[in-house]
Amino acid sequence: MIKKTVNNVQEAFSGVHDGMTFMLGGFGLSGIPENAISELVRLNLKDLTCISNNAGVDDFGLGLLLHKKQIKKMVSSYVGENAEFERQMLSGELDVELTPQGTLAAKCQAAQQGYPAIYTPAGYGTEVANGKETREFNGKMYVLEEAYKADFAFVKAWKGDEAGNLIFKGTARNFNPLMCGAATVTVVEVEELVKPGELDPNQIHIPGIFVQRIFEGKNYEKRIEQRTVRKK
Amino acid sequence: MALDKNGIAKRIAQEVQDGYYVNLGIGIPTLVANFVRDDINVEFQSENGILGMGPFPFEGEEDADLINAGKQTITALPGASFFDSAMSFGMIRGKHVDLTILGAMEVAENGDIANWKIPGKMVKGMGGAMDLVASAENIIVAMMHTNRAGESKLLKRCSLPLTGVGCVTKIVTELAVIEVTDKGFKLLERAPGVSVEEIKKATEGTLIVEGEIPEMKL
Repeated sequence: MIKKTVNNVQEAFSGVHDGMTFMLGGFGLSGIPENAISELVRLNLKDLTCISNNAGVDDFGLGLLLHKKQIKKMVSSYVGENAEFERQMLSGELDVELTPQGTLAAKCQAAQQGYPAIYTPAGYGTEVANGKETREFNGKMYVLEEAYKADFAFVKAWKGDEAGNLIFKGTARNFNPLMCGAATVTVVEVEELVKPGELDPNQIHIPGIFVQRIFEGKNYEKRIEQRTVRKK
Repeated sequence: MALDKNGIAKRIAQEVQDGYYVNLGIGIPTLVANFVRDDINVEFQSENGILGMGPFPFEGEEDADLINAGKQTITALPGASFFDSAMSFGMIRGKHVDLTILGAMEVAENGDIANWKIPGKMVKGMGGAMDLVASAENIIVAMMHTNRAGESKLLKRCSLPLTGVGCVTKIVTELAVIEVTDKGFKLLERAPGVSVEEIKKATEGTLIVEGEIPEMKL
């Protein structure tokens, strides 16, 4: 077994510095790498490019980095839950690349799997396709979208073992598996880190080969963005 | 009388057929799930990674790891499945989802749709809307016929940045059910008590009226 464990988030962050491009998992606040985000805030890294489906809310998730103006460029599909984001974008302080959600997923997966680019119909005929190569297949138009290039991927999984094998939970899975192995270094935080052999190989979502560093995270808040319930 | 949001959702629910996998957008589309006949089998997909989405959880049973695309806490029904975002959009792009229902700011008579951006004012992003409209073959738009300023949202050409081109198949508003055809908007049904004249007045794009237009049955 090739061991991927590091002791803590500080060790996992070896080699992380200003100006880098990061991928961060999560959809809304579900499945975000909370420990990695806290560490990015603590280190006060600057001029970051962040690839993440959303940008958090004003006081949680990537919103914490936006608040401290640590992010130079954001690559996302939807940023509507964050007023500070919208303000920085409309004022031009923040560079933003809005990308269709399925395209964002595909560009991560392409990076993970060694495809330089993929064709997608999403965004054809819209401003998203401006300046991009388009091509017709079977009578329908597609846009060429290139794989992302990132320095670090920060991923959150539910359970993982020392070999870096991962299992995700519910809809907290989202972009997390697609970012594993899609950056030069993949750092995974898990709620529960177990010994090799404790996870059933049949149930593994991401094999450890896509992971360089894994640690058990601490103090998960797992904040709910829209608490909707019904009466018993 | 013009319909309210629930009325629009109720009418759209009639379009949902037995065996359909359905993706519901945020807003009025979400309400459609409340009105689907209970004698048919339908599965709702939420593009953040679930098929078989159920109702909101009981108080105290909310789970941060179980939300829909609107970031609301939900439940998973028996037979549900979870998957990553690439597989989710794979089932959309691969045309495995039978029906997509979403909101819009503008729809043009050629089926173009705009629903993600008002330049300089509102820039929230397209989320999954561009993927959905580019791939789905059966797209129903749920929206009000006019905006807050009273201007028509059914236009000859969209004025806002497009989400997708030539993709909308049907529109249900508080006034009418309209099909998008090669020749323009074709009026299929009127809301109860709403006249064809009222619908014409609220529609900027070409409105095709052929024969008697029946009232919606709700």
